[in-house]
Amino acid sequence: MGTRGPDSAGLAVFRRPLDAPDRRFGLYSNDPGVDWQAVREDFQRDTGGEATIRFKETHSVLTSSIDVDDFKRWLMLSHPNLHILAVGRSIEMYKDEGLPGDIAQRYGFDQLMGTHAVAHTRMATESAVSPAHAHPYTAGEDFCLVHNGSLSNPYSVRRKLERRGIEFETDNDTEAGCRFLEWRMREGETLEQAIETSFTELDGFFTFLMATADRLVLVRDAFACKPAVVAETDDYVAISSEFRSLAHLPGVATARVFEPVPEQIYSWTV
Amino acid sequence: MDRVKQMDLAKLSVREVNQFLHHDLSNDDFERIEILNPDGLHNIAAGLDHTVDIMILGHAGYFVAGMNKLAHVTVQGNVGWSVAENIMSGSVRVRGHASACAGSSGHGGLVVIEGHASSRCGISMKGCDIVVGGDVGHFSAFMGQAGTLVVCGDAGPNLGDSLYEATIYVRGKIHSLGADAKEEPMQPADYEQVAHLLTDAAIECDAREFKRIASARRLYHWNADARQEY
Repeated sequence: MGTRGPDSAGLAVFRRPLDAPDRRFGLYSNDPGVDWQAVREDFQRDTGGEATIRFKETHSVLTSSIDVDDFKRWLMLSHPNLHILAVGRSIEMYKDEGLPGDIAQRYGFDQLMGTHAVAHTRMATESAVSPAHAHPYTAGEDFCLVHNGSLSNPYSVRRKLERRGIEFETDNDTEAGCRFLEWRMREGETLEQAIETSFTELDGFFTFLMATADRLVLVRDAFACKPAVVAETDDYVAISSEFRSLAHLPGVATARVFEPVPEQIYSWTV
Repeated sequence: MDRVKQMDLAKLSVREVNQFLHHDLSNDDFERIEILNPDGLHNIAAGLDHTVDIMILGHAGYFVAGMNKLAHVTVQGNVGWSVAENIMSGSVRVRGHASACAGSSGHGGLVVIEGHASSRCGISMKGCDIVVGGDVGHFSAFMGQAGTLVVCGDAGPNLGDSLYEATIYVRGKIHSLGADAKEEPMQPADYEQVAHLLTDAAIECDAREFKRIASARRLYHWNADARQEY
């Protein structure tokens, strides 16, 4: 699907969850020469906690039992140039600038294993092309979202959230949508209720595909200006902007292929 | 000579197939051209201007059989956006479902969607006929200028919004009519027209079960007193 979005790409895979209290902290460095082992050693020295780290170029996954807020505080003091890509017991995420095929190869997407995954290829329209602006976006723990479309009120959504202490990493409209939904879930709504709330709060066009530790959720705005197609078999569900990226999946010839209708929330549980 | 020619999109590019169909095909060369492995690719069999039968064996992508003239194209599967957009004549049949904008801007010819058609089916249609065996999505026949849309299932929100002189016939429920669209009583000529199109489309339905939707023609002239409320 590189032709739909050739400027950046990303993938979040949901792996078998770690046992509590362990979590995976996905980290990103703007410096390609970053010494990830040194980051791990700093973490162990500064916090007194154990950690393991796996890394590939600018991305790493640090696994530790540390509390999330304590980790963020440590990162801010010790390595303020590193960014958190994703946090959770299941999620692992890679995203970067460049051709989607190259990114998939560089980060070894074909080697990743998990129960479900969400990927995106981006053609930027309203904010910069940078690794941070690539999708998926994450907020909270084990939640990510990819977006086709554009929101027309991201700044008012953002101001509303910032007043509540929610911090943003980019000026991107999708991040506003992602953080809005995660905020509603933290306020006690289910993801479905949060999406219902978003119908009145988020203005603009969207096909959102979201994942939590155990679910995939899909929704299109009332006008359904942005495409989506779903293929369901007894073995899997696959969702894409276009059928041509599903055409070579095993068993797709007999799959139930359908187009999601506007404002209907589709959900699949692992 | 083999009267059926097969072209395999697993081996040929869409451009190669279309160039053959545009330039290397005389009217009576083949009884039928079969296109294999369409796999959701875009623009398959677009811009044809020969009397030829094309059979696409699988799901096709966007703009399949766009701008069709004279040819008869059948897709044995689903299609993406804008199937048969700007069709001039001939016919395009989809055995499965169609995504948005089926038959958009079509000037003539017949478009048959045997399954459901998504939103904006027949948007800005200019004289073609469209028969949908299932439902149509929101804003279907939006700004339809001429031609006929026959919907054997239900119609989504805002059917026939800002309609000009296209006519819509719906057999099932209509979620809502768009601005300036109104239901009108069926006349004998309407039943005849629906029955005729259903026969052409080879879709079995009783023409007596259809409603007629046409323009109320209140948007044709600027009305300052309406304060933009129609």
